[in-house]
Amino acid sequence: MTKDYRHTLSVLVKHNLNTFSRIIGIFSGKGFELESVTFASEAEPGMARITITTYGDEKTVEQINKHLHNVVDVLKVTDLTHKKCIERELAIIKVSTVKAGRPEIMLIAQAFKAKVIDITVDKLALEVTGNTDKVDAMIEVLKPYGIAEMSRSGSVALKREFQGAVNIN
Amino acid sequence: MKSNGQTSSAKKVDAIPALKPVKKTTSSPAAQSHNGAEILIKTLADLGVDTIFGYPGGAVLPIYDALFDNHDLRHILIRHEQAGTHAADGYSRATGKPGVVLATSGPGGTNTVTGIATAMMDSIPLVVLTGQVPTSVIGNDAFQEADIVGITRPITKQNYLVRDVNNLESVLREAFHIATHGRPGPVLVDLPKDMLNTKARFKGTKQVDIPSFKPTIHGHQPQIAKAARMLSEAKRPLIYVGGGAILGNAWKEVTEFAERLNIPVTTTLMGLGAFPESKPQSVGMLGMHGTWYANMAMTECDVLLAVGARFDDRVTGRLNGFSQKSRKIHIDIDPSCIGKNVEVEVPIVGDVKRVIPAINKIATPPEISEWWDTIHTWKKEHPLVVPQSEDQIYPQHMVKMISEITNGNAIVVTDVGQHQMWAAQHYQYNHPRSWITSGGLGTMGFGFPAAIGAAMACPDRDVVCITGDGGFQMLTCELATAVEYKVPVKIAIMNNACLGMVRQWQQLFFDKRYSYSVFGANNPDFVKLADAYGMMGMRATNPKEMREVLEKAMAIKDAPVLMDFSVVKEENCYPMVPSGAALDEMVESDEECK
Repeated sequence: MTKDYRHTLSVLVKHNLNTFSRIIGIFSGKGFELESVTFASEAEPGMARITITTYGDEKTVEQINKHLHNVVDVLKVTDLTHKKCIERELAIIKVSTVKAGRPEIMLIAQAFKAKVIDITVDKLALEVTGNTDKVDAMIEVLKPYGIAEMSRSGSVALKREFQGAVNIN
Repeated sequence: MKSNGQTSSAKKVDAIPALKPVKKTTSSPAAQSHNGAEILIKTLADLGVDTIFGYPGGAVLPIYDALFDNHDLRHILIRHEQAGTHAADGYSRATGKPGVVLATSGPGGTNTVTGIATAMMDSIPLVVLTGQVPTSVIGNDAFQEADIVGITRPITKQNYLVRDVNNLESVLREAFHIATHGRPGPVLVDLPKDMLNTKARFKGTKQVDIPSFKPTIHGHQPQIAKAARMLSEAKRPLIYVGGGAILGNAWKEVTEFAERLNIPVTTTLMGLGAFPESKPQSVGMLGMHGTWYANMAMTECDVLLAVGARFDDRVTGRLNGFSQKSRKIHIDIDPSCIGKNVEVEVPIVGDVKRVIPAINKIATPPEISEWWDTIHTWKKEHPLVVPQSEDQIYPQHMVKMISEITNGNAIVVTDVGQHQMWAAQHYQYNHPRSWITSGGLGTMGFGFPAAIGAAMACPDRDVVCITGDGGFQMLTCELATAVEYKVPVKIAIMNNACLGMVRQWQQLFFDKRYSYSVFGANNPDFVKLADAYGMMGMRATNPKEMREVLEKAMAIKDAPVLMDFSVVKEENCYPMVPSGAALDEMVESDEECK
């Protein structure tokens, strides 16, 4: 058995809810892990892209891949895990300012290049974008101040055009 | 209609024979406009469908109205929609053509679910048409509304809800294409009532192009070469043939290949008939109730060629004790079947009908006389046993006698349980598409309606439904269908007045605590039941009577017959690989189980 690994799969499908349900059904029905999933229209009309993050060893993820391919309306499955890719996630986090006051929270926000998008008497709403690790890190830092509410988008990702390595010598 | 699916054209690229050429029906199709129901019937006829199994109801009344004057399509009125799906399934397994079912909305659709799941597990091409409430009220909990697309999503290869009558024809054509290409499977099309009443044009465009659906047919040549090399150099090779060889109409190719290389062949439950059991290379069926020698060959082989099989748990036994000494080659049209349960060294994704001849072209017969000596010794020391007595019918003897009286030429259809395993072991299967059973899902109630479907598809062949008193009682309503259409199916009930396989497991693994598995005197009088439906019924309690009853029944060619055979009650099915044991840890008698 190989080690469990986080995998990001980008799935190009025909845009319909039955297909989306079929794909989610593979995970629930066959017992695969599903960390996050996003579903939205593609540039091409009638098409949609589903980005899935999942955990599993190589064999399991290979099976997931094959099952996704077997869905009639799936055109393409790309496992971005071992490729150079651009991956982003957005989170909106409402943090309490009661304990530490606004300036300290805003300082943290600045460090993560997060934006303040809403202010109330006792809370700040922050918007942060980045890869999942960065979003996780910011949440960890904010936890002690009291996170009132939070909404994460899940990852969206694409393969980088340049897959080579730069020789600097 | 062709009498059976045994003829296959070498030119065909498809895994499943293409549908019949179009019949010219009415004049200039494009000019007229029809309602959705008429378009449905026209499209089915255009696709070569000759028989559908259905049951009417509110949502599908427009279709039934269109069927009223139609003479191109034969509609069989079954008595329960589950039986309809099994009958269409049996029809498909006997011919290779897709089976077609028509059911109304709500309960009509939900009744088809078990039949669809059965077809899904065994990769049977079915197209299930269900009525739906009008689009304007979908989601309103309307009368007889059920989200059948949602319910059947995990048990169909693809399913559709038609929301625009202009797409109806193309959706149907897609459905048939998907059901029959690549790894076959069931497809459901849900038809809201307003779609059936709205007018549109029948286009008659036959071309189906689904860019996202292009199954791999040809194997990868370097892998084929590697497989050929491994087999040519093997010392103890084994070919393990599954249902894929039958679904892919590749029995001729498999037989030629195995005979030329003189390699032993074992078949799975689903693969019975893909390689004639009369040939010297056959070692019979393997698995939980397989032959001793097939299971030993699987354990001891050094090169294993899996052909359209999926390493099911009933075949492999305990995985870490399964064929540990072999290097494995696996040919399958569905990549998700490869490497799922068992790691393979040489995966080949492709159509068996294409890949086997490609290997055969370059492989040379291996030198394996020692291996054959070993197998012959196993065969001699551990044959399948058929106990016989003068005054009692042993179940094995019953199957053996049916095999003799039909010369091994009948289509045998079974339910699920002990009788199924005995029917698999003791009937000699020499022809493909002559063994019809629910292998994957293990659906009790499957046998009788599937036999009706097979008999309707193949009027020139004998069809024997070997069933149990348990499974048969699940869909006895179909006696009416068999009588109405004079379907010459021969029902042979292996009556032990209990759920034999459940009872066997309770005897062996639960200290004979026969919890709810014994019917005893609570079974109906099956002969009287047949009589109530206007069918001939006969009973036998000893082998002499059994022979008389069978000979009399098989002579009747234009009507169904029910035969009730009282068999020895506490007989168990052996060999048996106990649950959790490895294939070579099989037991051959009650004593060994203790």
